[in-house]
Amino acid sequence: MDMRAVPGASGPIVELTGAGRSFGAVRALSEVNLSIGAGECVSLVGHNGAGKSTLVNLITGALGPSDGAVRRIGGDARSSGIRSVAQELSLAPNLTVAENLRIPQRDLRGLFWRGRAGLRIRTALDEVFPGHGIDAAATVADLTLAERQMVEIAMAFAEGEVPARLVILDEPTSSLDASRAEQLIAYVRRFRAAGGAVVFISHILGEVFAVATRIVVMRDGQIVEDRPNGSFTRAGLVEAMGHVARAATARTMLGPSGAPEIVATPEGLRARAGEILGLAGLAGHGQAEALARLYLSRTSNWRGRGPVPAAFVAGDRARDGVMPLWSIARNLSVAGLSHLTRAGLVDRRAEAGLAQGWRERIGIRTDDVANPILSLSGGNQQKVLFARALATGAPLVVMDDPMRGVDIGTKSDVYDMIRAEAAQGRTFLWYSTETEEMTLCDRVYVFRNGRIAAELGREQITEERILAASFEMGEGEA
Amino acid sequence: MKGIDLRLALPVLSLAVLLGAVFWMQPRAMSYTGLNLLFNLAVPIALATIAQMLVIMVDDIDLSIGTYVSFCACVTATLLHDTPVVGILVLAAGVGVYAALGALIELQKLPAIVVTLGMSFVWGGLAVLLLPAPGGASPDWITTIMKARPPLMPMAIVACILLALASHLLVTRSAMGTLLRGVGGNARSVARAGWSVVRLRALAYGLAGVFGVLSGMALVGLATSADANIALRYTLLSIAGVILGGGEFTGGRVSPVGAVIGALTLTLAGSFLTFIRLSPDWQIGAQGVILILVLAARLLVRRRRTA
Repeated sequence: MDMRAVPGASGPIVELTGAGRSFGAVRALSEVNLSIGAGECVSLVGHNGAGKSTLVNLITGALGPSDGAVRRIGGDARSSGIRSVAQELSLAPNLTVAENLRIPQRDLRGLFWRGRAGLRIRTALDEVFPGHGIDAAATVADLTLAERQMVEIAMAFAEGEVPARLVILDEPTSSLDASRAEQLIAYVRRFRAAGGAVVFISHILGEVFAVATRIVVMRDGQIVEDRPNGSFTRAGLVEAMGHVARAATARTMLGPSGAPEIVATPEGLRARAGEILGLAGLAGHGQAEALARLYLSRTSNWRGRGPVPAAFVAGDRARDGVMPLWSIARNLSVAGLSHLTRAGLVDRRAEAGLAQGWRERIGIRTDDVANPILSLSGGNQQKVLFARALATGAPLVVMDDPMRGVDIGTKSDVYDMIRAEAAQGRTFLWYSTETEEMTLCDRVYVFRNGRIAAELGREQITEERILAASFEMGEGEA
Repeated sequence: MKGIDLRLALPVLSLAVLLGAVFWMQPRAMSYTGLNLLFNLAVPIALATIAQMLVIMVDDIDLSIGTYVSFCACVTATLLHDTPVVGILVLAAGVGVYAALGALIELQKLPAIVVTLGMSFVWGGLAVLLLPAPGGASPDWITTIMKARPPLMPMAIVACILLALASHLLVTRSAMGTLLRGVGGNARSVARAGWSVVRLRALAYGLAGVFGVLSGMALVGLATSADANIALRYTLLSIAGVILGGGEFTGGRVSPVGAVIGALTLTLAGSFLTFIRLSPDWQIGAQGVILILVLAARLLVRRRRTA
């Protein structure tokens, strides 16, 4: 059965002209001109937030452009044969492998649809990953992560009502071992030769160079380079992804050298008292998990008496931070309540005093700390969360990308405060996806695939080095 | 097939153990009439359990199924008996309301537990308006079906087997049922593939409404009259039946055959307790203990499997 792409009519499969996309005041993508034709494999590379996912969403039609135009060969993505494998796992775990194919493929219905679904997915798996050993009747929940990823990839290439013309693979090898990744790369070549096109997004530069015909570099929502594969060197590519060199102003801090080490985890995180330690790398490479493990190991005393050993500043305010129904004062005091209790009851006067004091110190814009927390802007809510952590007096403050969606004014207020607190001997562990914030740290650990890939000392913290360590450069280079 | 067998093993085993115990205590139950008496009331419970399962399948829970079945029973015993056309229209409207609730829950991202809890008072109120005092009468054709005496097997067993088969085809085998289970498993990927989750959820709720109507009708056929509180217990019984049958509260993991077996097990547990002459005061508590035992056994089996 031939499940490869049918070369369509001449002309590009998808073409973006001057396409842009804004979310409110944020421009995620602007002035993108890109056309992908049959037989191409376009590799998209760029840092977090460079606009890769927004671009993919424009191609698949999950988002419409706010300006410019997106033209596809068959109108909408489905009838153009544009399929995508998302970065996060998108199978339904309660269904079998074959049943999952029913979700994207509408022609699977009527009598004997199960037989056809099974045949399609088996054929696709055999072609892409020979020797896969996956049973089409197995429930997805019983498969390993790698097997699930293989199924998702095979689904995108499987025969369907409209044959696959353009397949978007977003970090397709994140759970695959090297030999499966090679099988995929070999299959992409065959698929291309048969007239299909692929958009390949990966942080492993070795794969990018092995598979791409064209490399498109994105930065700050724009395409900054779009050239054939042969014309890039690895170093040149990393350089193209980076920003301009950072400003040298943020280097006035003085990290301690003789201070005692207060953090030492088995995975290799070490911090001295008074240090500001950065955790960098691409999003989702284990930084937040490492922080959560450290934080929970320090704070699992359920009685909650005595001094607070560590405090946490959430980046995802709605999920991990704000108590939406509480006042500003209560949101601020909740982490350090053990200091504010008398005979087991909360001392309301002391609580109000504490909130008042922090309101002035950190500049929370409100007339009254008894107002509900949601009356504040996002940046001011984040200040309350900072104050909550700092008010505990904890010697260790763990910050999980705390500046997400915070305006520049608030950022610089908070940067100053972090520096002042560190100078008094507090230790900060700071995960951020913004390289600029990493340059404020004394030391930076770069994470990749859940492990520390590099440790950068004060003088080595540059965007280029962080990027170079975030992307796997191939054998022996990282 | 292997996965289905494992998931069904425990419900089948619990039913067999209970049945064995009942036969041991009361050998006369091992007859056509005996079985019919044992399982008669299981038919409406099984129908309500399938209705509940359809809602649990899309990651929600229906706390109104008991009062809804009571309402349907009251409509069947009054309107459907006296003026069949009006009765059919009212029952169809009930199904429509169910589908609309499903759409509303998805559109507004409301918690189903709250919406259905609220609706349970609406259905209960409507049932009391229709039938302030126990009464009404069953339409003859329903009584004829429910009291039929087919050869070989009593009606209760035949109906349960048919129900298990039909719901297995609908939920597990059909392309549409697969999509609905996909909503429970990963609604985002279903939406991303271009399906309207609003319509799918409305469909699941609408189907639940249909099975609720059937449950009310079957109940009236057996009881020959109705009462506004006739099926209040069904809310908890149906949830217990789904879980006993190997279903789970989240993730779209449900088994229609298991749900029917779960409903049979629950019905049988009641009879069993009567046979051992447990005072009715203790029966509900004892039923709870049986439920906890079965669920604990399931947890142990599952832990052994994953270990």
